[in-house]
Amino acid sequence: MDILGLGSKVDADFILDPKGQRKQVDVKIDETKRSSQYVYYNGEDVAGTVQIKLKKNSKVEHQGIRLEFVGQIEMLSDRSTIHEFTNLTKLLAFPGELTENVSMDFDFLNVEKPYESYMGINIKLRYFLRLTIIKRFSNNVFERDICVQQLSQYPEINNSIKMEVGIEDCLHIEFEYNKSKYHLKDVIVGKIYFLLVRIKIKHMEIAIIKKESSGTGPNIYAENETIAKYEIMDGAPVRGESIPIRLFLAGYDLTPTMKDIQRKFSVRYFLNLVLIDEEERRYFKQQEITLWRKQDKDKDKTKQSTKQYAHFERPNAANQSEENGSGTNATDNSPATEVVSSENKSDAFSD
Amino acid sequence: MATIDADNRREIARLPTRPISLEDRYDPPANFLEIEILNPETHGFGNKRYTDYEIRMKTNLPVFRIKECSVRRRYSDFEWLRRELERDSKIVVPSLPSKAWKRQVPAFLRRDDGIFEDEFIEERRKGLEQFINKVAGHPLAQNERSLHVFLQDTTIDYDKYVPGKVRNS
Repeated sequence: MDILGLGSKVDADFILDPKGQRKQVDVKIDETKRSSQYVYYNGEDVAGTVQIKLKKNSKVEHQGIRLEFVGQIEMLSDRSTIHEFTNLTKLLAFPGELTENVSMDFDFLNVEKPYESYMGINIKLRYFLRLTIIKRFSNNVFERDICVQQLSQYPEINNSIKMEVGIEDCLHIEFEYNKSKYHLKDVIVGKIYFLLVRIKIKHMEIAIIKKESSGTGPNIYAENETIAKYEIMDGAPVRGESIPIRLFLAGYDLTPTMKDIQRKFSVRYFLNLVLIDEEERRYFKQQEITLWRKQDKDKDKTKQSTKQYAHFERPNAANQSEENGSGTNATDNSPATEVVSSENKSDAFSD
Repeated sequence: MATIDADNRREIARLPTRPISLEDRYDPPANFLEIEILNPETHGFGNKRYTDYEIRMKTNLPVFRIKECSVRRRYSDFEWLRRELERDSKIVVPSLPSKAWKRQVPAFLRRDDGIFEDEFIEERRKGLEQFINKVAGHPLAQNERSLHVFLQDTTIDYDKYVPGKVRNS
């Protein structure tokens, strides 16, 4: 995406993938706009060609043409503070004059891209190329964003989450989720077991909540977003009943868990289990899960943007053994009973 | 959407569950609580009248000492309960049906019988029934002595009453 000023004499374009080998993704820039960006991984070169086009019969005198590779964190709440954590610069041209269209090759070698690109509510972490044609009064600046994805391996340890929670003498449940770390196309498999039901439950739902927090010390700014909500039970359960949970993550707009990035922000995910009774009182239990990005099995290097599918593809035999090799499913059965809190303002359960 | 063939996909198959006993499945549920407000009666004569209602309660919740009871209460008793709960419990107490001040204007200024009209009493009865069911089903309200006194004591002894908490028997 290039910034084209009205009546500007210059335009520039970035050619990053002449052979059509690189994957692209559809990225949400803001509420209404989406754009297609090339995907890069940590350590990869960022190379290509910059094409500068001039309006017919015009000349541009300049003090140098500079190309930067920038990685930055933008915090919208803090008066749009920008924190640059990566800046690589190349001088593409010494001061001179442009009289005709020109193409300039560039190659940033083995570029470190330590974090994943992230477009959030209050935080934007982006990587982009910035071309600056330095002039006496005002520069011409052109930017092109790329999308960096961070891949992880299957975690060595991936215990299930199993806990008994409740309100004394009123409601006791035991919930279990099959893993604590899920990849973005994983399936959450779990169950809720009712130990004591003395309230009149109407239905139960599970939600995925994203918590984006930024700032440190006294200025912590948090944004919560409900990414998904899914009813898992309709009606009143009795003691001894088990309710299954199966939630496919691939259908939702999720990112990997990001903890304390450059000590500026975190993005964490929680499963929120909510029981609603006949008087609309809500009883809930939030549990953090870790999300991570797995390498796509799809080796197809066509230029199609990757789409998220809701159904789960059958893994092939090789991948099956990979999944079996992931950590033991030790259950974490904490003996203490945790209090289920109510999020309805009309109830003041202590946590 | 194609049906999910969980048998062939071991990794998304349901977690193993404990079987439920026949008793648990078919016994009356442990959350049985029914409160009805019935039989409004107006007592007294002239401007010394008042209306009270029967509160019939049936439950199997262990927190309530008596499993079936019937008491008579008037609107001011409900107001007392609401005040006690507002002060002592941590819940936001639902509101009562209105006090109806306009209807309490002297009889000669009204065309009807004010708060002793059948229609009004029925409306109030419904509102009180909603109120008491909402409150009695709230786990935090069930720990308040005022609720138990209100529902289960034959009469509320305002002199002897002391606020407090109720623990499960």
